Amino acid sequence: MNGPAPVFQLLPESVLRERGQREVFCGLTGIVWLHRKMQDAFFLVVGSRTCAHLLQSAAGVMIFAEPRFGTAILDERDLAGLADAHDEIDRVVADLLARRPDIRTLFLVGSCPSEVIKLDLARAAERLNGRVTPGVRVLNYSGSGIETTFTQGEDACLAALVAELPRAAADAPPSLLVAGALPDVVEDQLSRLLSAIGIPAVHFLPARRRGELPAVGPSTRLLLAQPFLADTARALSARGARHLPAPFPFGIEGTTAWLEAAAAAFGIGPEVVERVTRPARERAQAALARHRPLLAGKRVFFFPDSQLEVPLARFLSRELGMALVEVGTPYLHRQHLAPELAWLPAGTQLSEGQDVDRQLDRCRAAQPDLVVCGLGLANPLEAEGLTTKWSIELVFTPVHGYEQAGDLAGLFARPLDRRQRLAA
Amino acid sequence: MQLTLWTYEGPPHVGAMRVATAMRDVHYVLHAPQGDTYADLLFTMIERRDQRPPVTYTTFQARDLGGDTAELFKTTVRDAVTRHQPAALLVGASCTAELIQDDPGGLAATLQLPLPVIPLELPAYQRKENWGAAETLYRLVRGLAGLPPAQYVRPPRPAERAPRANILGPMALGFRHRDDLREVRELLALLGIEVNVVAPLDAHAADLARIPEADFNVVMYPELAGTLADWLARQWQQPRTRQVPIGLGATADFITELATLAGVDPAPALQRIDARARWFARSVDSTYLTGKRVFIFGDACHAVAAARVAAREIGFTVAGLGTYSREQARELREAAALYGVEPLITDDYLEVERHIAALQPDLVLGTQMERHIAKRLGLPCAVISAPVHVQDFPARHAPQMGLEGANVMFDAWVLPLMMGLEEHLLAMFRDDFEFSPQAAPSHLGATAPSSSNLGASAPAPLPAPAPASNEPSWAVEAERELHKIPFFVRGKARRNTERFARDRGVALITVETLYDAKAHFSA
Repeated sequence: MNGPAPVFQLLPESVLRERGQREVFCGLTGIVWLHRKMQDAFFLVVGSRTCAHLLQSAAGVMIFAEPRFGTAILDERDLAGLADAHDEIDRVVADLLARRPDIRTLFLVGSCPSEVIKLDLARAAERLNGRVTPGVRVLNYSGSGIETTFTQGEDACLAALVAELPRAAADAPPSLLVAGALPDVVEDQLSRLLSAIGIPAVHFLPARRRGELPAVGPSTRLLLAQPFLADTARALSARGARHLPAPFPFGIEGTTAWLEAAAAAFGIGPEVVERVTRPARERAQAALARHRPLLAGKRVFFFPDSQLEVPLARFLSRELGMALVEVGTPYLHRQHLAPELAWLPAGTQLSEGQDVDRQLDRCRAAQPDLVVCGLGLANPLEAEGLTTKWSIELVFTPVHGYEQAGDLAGLFARPLDRRQRLAA
Repeated sequence: MQLTLWTYEGPPHVGAMRVATAMRDVHYVLHAPQGDTYADLLFTMIERRDQRPPVTYTTFQARDLGGDTAELFKTTVRDAVTRHQPAALLVGASCTAELIQDDPGGLAATLQLPLPVIPLELPAYQRKENWGAAETLYRLVRGLAGLPPAQYVRPPRPAERAPRANILGPMALGFRHRDDLREVRELLALLGIEVNVVAPLDAHAADLARIPEADFNVVMYPELAGTLADWLARQWQQPRTRQVPIGLGATADFITELATLAGVDPAPALQRIDARARWFARSVDSTYLTGKRVFIFGDACHAVAAARVAAREIGFTVAGLGTYSREQARELREAAALYGVEPLITDDYLEVERHIAALQPDLVLGTQMERHIAKRLGLPCAVISAPVHVQDFPARHAPQMGLEGANVMFDAWVLPLMMGLEEHLLAMFRDDFEFSPQAAPSHLGATAPSSSNLGASAPAPLPAPAPASNEPSWAVEAERELHKIPFFVRGKARRNTERFARDRGVALITVETLYDAKAHFSA
């Protein structure tokens, strides 16, 4: 035998830090999935026509299904004087709430233009809270491109929501809070597993409705379901919640370790998790086995997009036998990702930030079998002969947990399968 | 501030991107915050282009605002020029960069680049996408072709040389521009007119410099090329076309206009105008199309053209006509007067929706947005104008212009309507178990409205204020009678009856009221 396998160590040379053109979405895009999750919230972006156009492009046809988001488009008159802009916000909000009496939470979402002209949306939210219907809370956060990258919009939104959570009593029994918007079906699965393991009280942030916001306090144990929640975790910690370090629940290993971390915090041993999850793990094993022949040994290159890249690369490498060429991420949260990084193969090349032209040069030189990238790059790279998986789908599709492990592998296998079929 | 859920046009810098992306060797450096690269996927996904748009963004972030964003811009320009080696460079700002006032044009000038640099001033808080495209095309040509010498007089065309025209307007992300161009080229060829330059689609920077060599300009899309053509007419004394060849009548007028500008005889070309659409519209199968009420909305050039085709070439009744192109409002108002309808000039889609719900037309011709309004209201719809989604950038040849364009439009507009015989059967066997009112047109699958009261029952994006309390109510037997009317005209019948009742102060609508109203409105 060759002795123990070399393990990944996060050294300065493991991370290529780059600055330059970043081919990424801004945080406003988060609205597209957040508004599906929070059923009585409305997201009002205060921004430009570009912001409205972005939402429209990112939302695709969803914008027509009675969306609970919109843009208050700034025009010249708003730029002329700030006092006037505040009156305008009041008018638009009053209009909106009169027409949408079902709304309980209204998010004023900051954009690049509103930040640059220093429109104080926090003050606007505060003022509106005193005026609008008692049932409606007005909150604010920034989804601007200058402050946030793609999924960081969710982080900013949830961090704003933390202040709204009721305070748990000092002597409240321990409870588990899972942070990160998950598709309802996934949330229900994870909730069932956590209960079966014996965790007494499990809550999710965001809640589906305003009235269901969980309480938080020193008895709260915080488990992150998504890797991009730095500010949310900090805000919850400031309110006493204790963060449970864990890998993220992608694939069988990730989901099991994530559940074990929760169980351990409640004094429940891994053997209980092992017993409760066995049927689901066996199903997932069978599902992954179907995709492994196509993926094993293939070389994958990640462009930065959502911060999901490191956990997904870990899943592809350990559970499906893929080789990692470069794993790009817009931001590498060293603490939250520590359990994930420990699972990466030794010598994995990480990159943080982006200079898209230079990264494209590296990608072309490496000629990977599969490139995970955004929609602006996918077709041009396909035309050059590379096989791509567009990354936005990984944020919209249910991919967490055991029952979705096969679907997650399938998302990466399908483009390779397709390439083979069309070549035949 | 304007509350917006849907915008018919993007910001003006997207228009500039459409020009740059259409061309071969022009690069665009855009001072813009991180995230504005979303616009790339309009080109790579909706239009399915196989290359990245030739646009480099500075993608500044908050931490850059504390530092020197102007320096960032200059570095980006230098790197982009070194990497992409363009023949000409556009520089400009997006809406956020406009606020920080770094002056891209001035900064680029200080770099002393060895290529033409065209600065763009696109006021993002006043103007929109089409204006941005028109302005960019004009600035580019003005920058590359330059001004004529003082007291310039265009020399007459030598008799032995064929007439030459530029074709202006087709660009990236244009609704059917690729195929329209092929049709327009064929029309020019029919008349023996040579093409000097097509711009901006597939043009090189050097081609734009040759634009003044043509005898006249063919303006395919006034929204996009009108600014340039007017400038060329003033400075370079190149006349321009006004007629847009969408529809058979318009194509004939276009040929006549071309022939006049080129000094050739239009008769031989006019004799060859024989599209299938003309015969199809005359064939008895199309008789049931007569007088169907159609609502038309889009950019002005497509909406005005569609109204003429609908009224004169298919035999529909134009029930409503509107546009989001404020720059072309005058042309649309003139057209609306022609058909005796109130013009609708708005970029507020809720207003368009209210208008359609009130009109209850038999067919909606509009943009992607009207497709969704129509779906919500249970009305047939066909797309005639941008903005459009991926399915309206088809693989097949699908022009709107010229002879084949007329054929394509005939098929596309008639398809969503209930086929004549099917409609007839529905009226005859309205209680039949298979021809039920809920049945969709059999060739379209299950898209029929689920309720009789189309407008009111469909979910509106923002609930309208509650109706006034003096609304007439329906007697049970009158409601039952109403349901015997085929569903596709039932909405109109309900509306007309209620209006009739309101006008006469009738509180309860009976079967008698229903038929009184029918007699009144069909008189």
